[in-house]
Amino acid sequence: MKNKADYVIIGGGISGCAIAYHLADFGAKNIVVIEKEYLTSGATGRCGAGIRQQWGAKMNCLLAKKSVEFFEKAQEILAYDGDIEFKQEGYLIVGSDQEEDMVFKTNVALQNALGIPAKRLTKEEAKQIVPYLNIDNVYSATFCPTDGHLNPFTTTDAYYKAAKRLGVTFYTYTEVKDIVVKDSVIQKVVTTRGDIETGVVINAAGGWSKAIGQMVGIDIPVYSENHEILVTEPVEKMQGPMVISFSKNIYCQQTPHGAFIMGRSDPDMPEGLDVSSSHQFLDAMAKTVTELLPPVGELRVIRQWGGLYNMSPDHQPIISGTKKLPGFYMACGFSGHGFMLAPMTGVLLAELILGKAPTMPMEELSLERFDGKQVITKEKSVV
Amino acid sequence: MDPKHVIICRCSDVTLADLIALFEQGYQTFEELKRIKRVGMGPCQANTCGKMVQWEISKYFNQPLEEVPFHNMRPLTMGIKLKEIMEAKNREE
Ligand SMILES: Cc1cc2nc3c(=O)[nH]c(=O)nc-3n(C[C@H](O)[C@H](O)[C@H](O)COP(=O)(O)OP(=O)(O)OC[C@H]3O[C@@H](n4cnc5c(N)ncnc54)[C@H](O)[C@@H]3O)c2cc1C
Repeated sequence: MKNKADYVIIGGGISGCAIAYHLADFGAKNIVVIEKEYLTSGATGRCGAGIRQQWGAKMNCLLAKKSVEFFEKAQEILAYDGDIEFKQEGYLIVGSDQEEDMVFKTNVALQNALGIPAKRLTKEEAKQIVPYLNIDNVYSATFCPTDGHLNPFTTTDAYYKAAKRLGVTFYTYTEVKDIVVKDSVIQKVVTTRGDIETGVVINAAGGWSKAIGQMVGIDIPVYSENHEILVTEPVEKMQGPMVISFSKNIYCQQTPHGAFIMGRSDPDMPEGLDVSSSHQFLDAMAKTVTELLPPVGELRVIRQWGGLYNMSPDHQPIISGTKKLPGFYMACGFSGHGFMLAPMTGVLLAELILGKAPTMPMEELSLERFDGKQVITKEKSVV
Repeated sequence: MDPKHVIICRCSDVTLADLIALFEQGYQTFEELKRIKRVGMGPCQANTCGKMVQWEISKYFNQPLEEVPFHNMRPLTMGIKLKEIMEAKNREE
């Protein structure tokens, strides 16, 4: 193993791989990525991999929109020999009552102002998009045709291979145990396979990012919680868009491969690093999906699992350095939507680290935005 | 026999040639293989191909078979219709 590097990235999920690629693409050298298991073993390989621009908070909208622009060309930009399976058939967000419809109205106005082609729909119009949608308990909906879905494994693999071609070194099955700091200067990263001297550490450790912060005495205001998900047998194509509802607590997508993936959240889930599966989830999921999308109820579940959301106080990511420790950077707190933001995570953090002008203003993504302040805009459009 | 014609995973249509191509690229564990090629992720959940994948890893990387980790088993062990799960739950209530 190398014992020196200019940049050490902790975490081999979509964020770590995207940051590695963009750093290398901007010309940075001597980059090492450390992953305690295999690439995508964290939230990335467990996620719904939905790509959505219909957000209620401005930063999420902007990050998602610019990321979609990258994903549309990612196959070529990353010169990938596999298939990232980008399906752009939209997100249909369904609401239950007038109150939710008012939120839709505000959100769509914001999205449109930022150039996102979302629109508000009546429930009948929603049914035209997904004919088997049961609209009995639906009040209204919104739809954005350029939202979609990607294969999280091959998308991460595409970043990984492109980064590797640019000279990035990846160490999998290697865990970071400590980071040594002396007089506010980072000295080295201690791993299970040896030490690496470095002045720059990038924390892309997802659900474990708080622990990495603690290694250098930086308190990152995030916590993790388990979110469960399941997949069905693959079937012929029957559903174009992702169907999602915040009030009904469901998201459900058919992947290009044919399988349906779906999830919902448990409001009573305790904080922690547990990712186990429960029969309670299976029961609640089966009921919710069979009611809203009856034909999907006919499909067989073949697997269920859990993964970590890393939650920030305002449900927007922390993509930041910190005045407290030069050379320490982080990309975490994605609050359940960090897969779709990865291209911008990679670009913005690489720009920040290399002192380049940022593609978009980053104050609202900084760690310092939480310093002694009330959270002002909190993203509420989450499942 | 031509590895292209040796089917390892029937559910996801993965041949021995596919596996060898992945080995050559450095993907070495069952967990990595299944995420790139879906081997073992279909309706049978590796009940058919699991042992074969382990065996091929062992052969290619000269690793004793008993040291090749099997893939992570997750619930369910057999496919059940979502609607049947809902109906069973309703009967309980
Ligand atoms: C059920 C579920 C559904 C989701 N659905 C969506 C969705 O539809 N769309 C979307 O955009 N997002 C979704 N998300 C969120 C998304 O998965 C995450 O925001 C995203 O994958 C975060 O990527 P990451 O690379 O930052 O973190 P991770 O993928 O968690 O990667 C962090 C990595 O760091 C490694 N690591 C941790 N500590 C150490 C250490 N000490 N040493 C070495 N390595 C270490 C871990 O092993 C891990 O691989 C979902 C998440 C879940 C759980």
